[in-house]
Amino acid sequence: MTSPQALPTAVEYVRILPEIVLSIFGMLIMVLDPLLDESSGRKTLGGLALVGALGAIAATLYQAGHPGTGFWGMVNVDSFSVFFHVLVTAVTAVVILTSFEYLEVQQIRAGEYYGLILFGAVGMCLMSSAVELVLIFIALEISSISTYILAGFRRRSAISSEASVKYFLLGSFATAFFLYGVALMFGATGSTSIPVISQALRSGPAPLLAYAGLALMFVGLGFKVAAAPFHVWTPDVYEGAPSPVVGFMSTAPKAAAFAVLLRIVFEAHAPGSLWFIWVTAVLSMTLGNVAALVQNNVKRLLAYSSIAHAGYLLMAFAALPENGIPAAMFYTASYAAMNVGAFAVIGHFAGAGERHVTLEDYSGLGRRSPLLAATLTIFLLSLIGIPITGGFFAKFYVFSAALQAHLLGLVIIGVLNSAVGAYYYLRIIVVMYMKEPREETPVPAVPAGLGIALAISVVATIYLGILPGHVLEFASRSAAELLR
Amino acid sequence: MSTGLDRWILTLVTFIPLAGGVLLLLFPRRHRDIRVFALVVSLLTFVVSLHLPAAFHRSQAGFQFEMDHAWIPTPNIHYHMGADGVSMWLVVLTTFLTPLCVLISWKSVGERVKEFFILLLVLETALIGVFLALDLFLFYFFWEATLIPMALLIGMYGHGRRVYAAVKFFLYTMIASVFMLASILWLYAKTGTFDFVVIQNLIHAGQVPNFAAAAQWLFLGFFLAFAVKVPLFPFHTWLPDAHVEAPTAGSVLLAGVLLKMGTYGMFRFNLGLFPDQSRSNAGWIMVLAVIGIIYGALVAMVQPNMKKLIAYSSISHLGFVVLGIFSLTPMGLSGATYIMLAHGVSTGALFMLAGILYERRHTYEIADFGGLATPMPVYATFFSFIMLASVGLPLLNGFIGEFMVLSGAFQARPVYGILAATGVIWSACYLLWMYQRVFFGKVSHEVNLSLPDLSVRERTALWPTAIVALVMGVAPLLWLNAIEPAVRASLAGFASPLAQIVSKAVGQ
Repeated sequence: MTSPQALPTAVEYVRILPEIVLSIFGMLIMVLDPLLDESSGRKTLGGLALVGALGAIAATLYQAGHPGTGFWGMVNVDSFSVFFHVLVTAVTAVVILTSFEYLEVQQIRAGEYYGLILFGAVGMCLMSSAVELVLIFIALEISSISTYILAGFRRRSAISSEASVKYFLLGSFATAFFLYGVALMFGATGSTSIPVISQALRSGPAPLLAYAGLALMFVGLGFKVAAAPFHVWTPDVYEGAPSPVVGFMSTAPKAAAFAVLLRIVFEAHAPGSLWFIWVTAVLSMTLGNVAALVQNNVKRLLAYSSIAHAGYLLMAFAALPENGIPAAMFYTASYAAMNVGAFAVIGHFAGAGERHVTLEDYSGLGRRSPLLAATLTIFLLSLIGIPITGGFFAKFYVFSAALQAHLLGLVIIGVLNSAVGAYYYLRIIVVMYMKEPREETPVPAVPAGLGIALAISVVATIYLGILPGHVLEFASRSAAELLR
Repeated sequence: MSTGLDRWILTLVTFIPLAGGVLLLLFPRRHRDIRVFALVVSLLTFVVSLHLPAAFHRSQAGFQFEMDHAWIPTPNIHYHMGADGVSMWLVVLTTFLTPLCVLISWKSVGERVKEFFILLLVLETALIGVFLALDLFLFYFFWEATLIPMALLIGMYGHGRRVYAAVKFFLYTMIASVFMLASILWLYAKTGTFDFVVIQNLIHAGQVPNFAAAAQWLFLGFFLAFAVKVPLFPFHTWLPDAHVEAPTAGSVLLAGVLLKMGTYGMFRFNLGLFPDQSRSNAGWIMVLAVIGIIYGALVAMVQPNMKKLIAYSSISHLGFVVLGIFSLTPMGLSGATYIMLAHGVSTGALFMLAGILYERRHTYEIADFGGLATPMPVYATFFSFIMLASVGLPLLNGFIGEFMVLSGAFQARPVYGILAATGVIWSACYLLWMYQRVFFGKVSHEVNLSLPDLSVRERTALWPTAIVALVMGVAPLLWLNAIEPAVRASLAGFASPLAQIVSKAVGQ
């Protein structure tokens, strides 16, 4: 570690370059917002936000050439953090693309919206590269606070405000748990730096406090990833929040929270995580899938589906690290691709005020808008886990990682759950293709931004399903680095 | 024949329809152009696929036109394709039926035409892939991939209770194939490969750890997935629903090819990977097959609905195939393969004929017809010819296979042979009785008097099936000389003295 007195060198700034880029663009948007009128503001600021997100991707790729720690050992750039940086910034870019049209239709002011998305991305990026628990907490708060506000952005709608308040209250509660866990971990090991904690925990039998600390941190992160039994906020918030925001917050912050969890469970060698991860995984899968069966609101349905997916993903944490980490990383990537895409379609289709979100509204979509329906079908098939989609290999890797750790019971529960899950995704497909349209209103044409976003999501979903090797290999390499 | 073409031919045959489907996506919604293009693509696939029997080395056992290419490193999945005598002919059957499906759907599909033909072409690719894949994972992928276009064809273009039928079809077959996936994954976990040939060699060499303990379960895992697809009694209940609600082209491919995926799977994987378990389980499987033959025939007899009747007749015929396969004799297996092909042609044609009638009257009820021979003489002639082929009249295609299966069954277990032989009689009963009620006598309904006879397009679709039914009946060796080496190779794992003696006796 560098001594606290020395100022950071230039290369250390490179190690937070993506965060710097995102923050600068976020602030630029906030400054420019009052100077522009509403309609031209939407275009300019949206464009600016997109440039910021793309710039952050570029910065991440540049940063990948300069691995190492920075800022007195608080951040660590390794291929693990690069993976999540690319994931978060890519999701951000795609969400911004889908928001162009959405903000127009819903009459939402653009400045704060794009600004908050970028600031949220700063927090999520930092979560994946921070190796110091207090910094992780700060990053978590940055990302959470911006998503709390974003959830309430449909100001004319009462359920959106309800979503925001609910998310805020429960979320603050959960982060308090996390902070308490950090404090206990500090008490147990004398440090908040993950490498130091790792050394302390490996050197002898873990003190009882460490168990409690880990459990409390797990509660806080379990809330963020919507794992049962910390999931109760999810359906209401997903129903109320603007669809692109749901696409955003069901993927990017989740991925970041999983990154933190991976670091804490595996890099810090936190003890005794197995059994409560086991329980949480089983609860999340089962509760999510069973509750999703009876939903009639598509957003609520996907909310429960995302709880179930958090459960599948947690299975990887119960596995051995050398298989579990890559499996979990692959899962977050493919889940991000398919879920962002699905919510992009839903947001487009919902129309002004998000009126069309029930299953019946989707009847005959295959006839009214064949391309949009086909796109949504691809995402749903991926969520089911049908081959040649990313969702298939995601499940495959997670299940086989769990099998290699001899968690046969967990795998059987997981497989049964995915069979149940197939049913409710199929319901949407059946309604789209096999029911007569209720009204012959044509679906609005897909604008360019949304088209690009959907194309990216489809290509990513299929790419992960046909050539999963590249991403998995990268994930395995970063897992090896992490475990060193 | 260049070796380059031989290497790529299977890939070409498999993916030409898919490429056609993707191109169709870009087409403007002019229905005529879409239909013509779909026809051209499916005909092209058929012509290209004819290279297979032309260049096939008939005396050779083992897989030909092989292509093995590493695809995904973890898990170790290969793009491994190859054809033997059985799979080659099933591929040609698929490519033969698809253009006919396009022709028969020319008018009956009036809306969402583009989606229909895209689904049809995607389905063709998946079906061909199932027969050619030699990597278990690839096989599973194609197997599942057939499900979605078929379910959509039924659910989007079917009749009254189409959604129910589509969902039932999907859930039945998908849940059953999960068990197959579990077996495949077990094999992968123990061998580190999905390659069929490698796994087969490892099993025969006894180099798979814990295989003896798990083999029975693995066998059942594969068998269940295939039995539902065939469908073997008592897993058959999805089939009548699916057939009755499906559009004509869907029924043709469903009966003609999709069901054969199940019997092909039994032949390739159950027999190929688990010879011992195949022998020890053959008893009850043959019982189920015989029940299926008789039960299917009896239920067909009392059906008031023409399409449901043909659907139950399929259950009966596929019972013969399963009986032939698990007779574990070369004769029975060759016969089973031959029935697969013959049934594909003749039942495909029967469904086309039923569809032609439905297009005119919008009903399948036998009671709504009567005396049709008067207004539609050409149609009646085609119908009688195809029906006789299906009944198993000598010199037509149905006879050869049934004869071979029955003699195979007699060699294995005479009782089953005797019982199954009654199925031939039953099939004559229900088909001829149906024919009598639909075509003979006075025209019982006024509307039927003015029904137009077959159009040129419909004749074009039916002639090939009639010709093939005849040629298959008089020159079976054209097909059998490629099938026999494959069958014999698949029985090589059966070291029982009886099988050896029998195979020698039949081989001469």
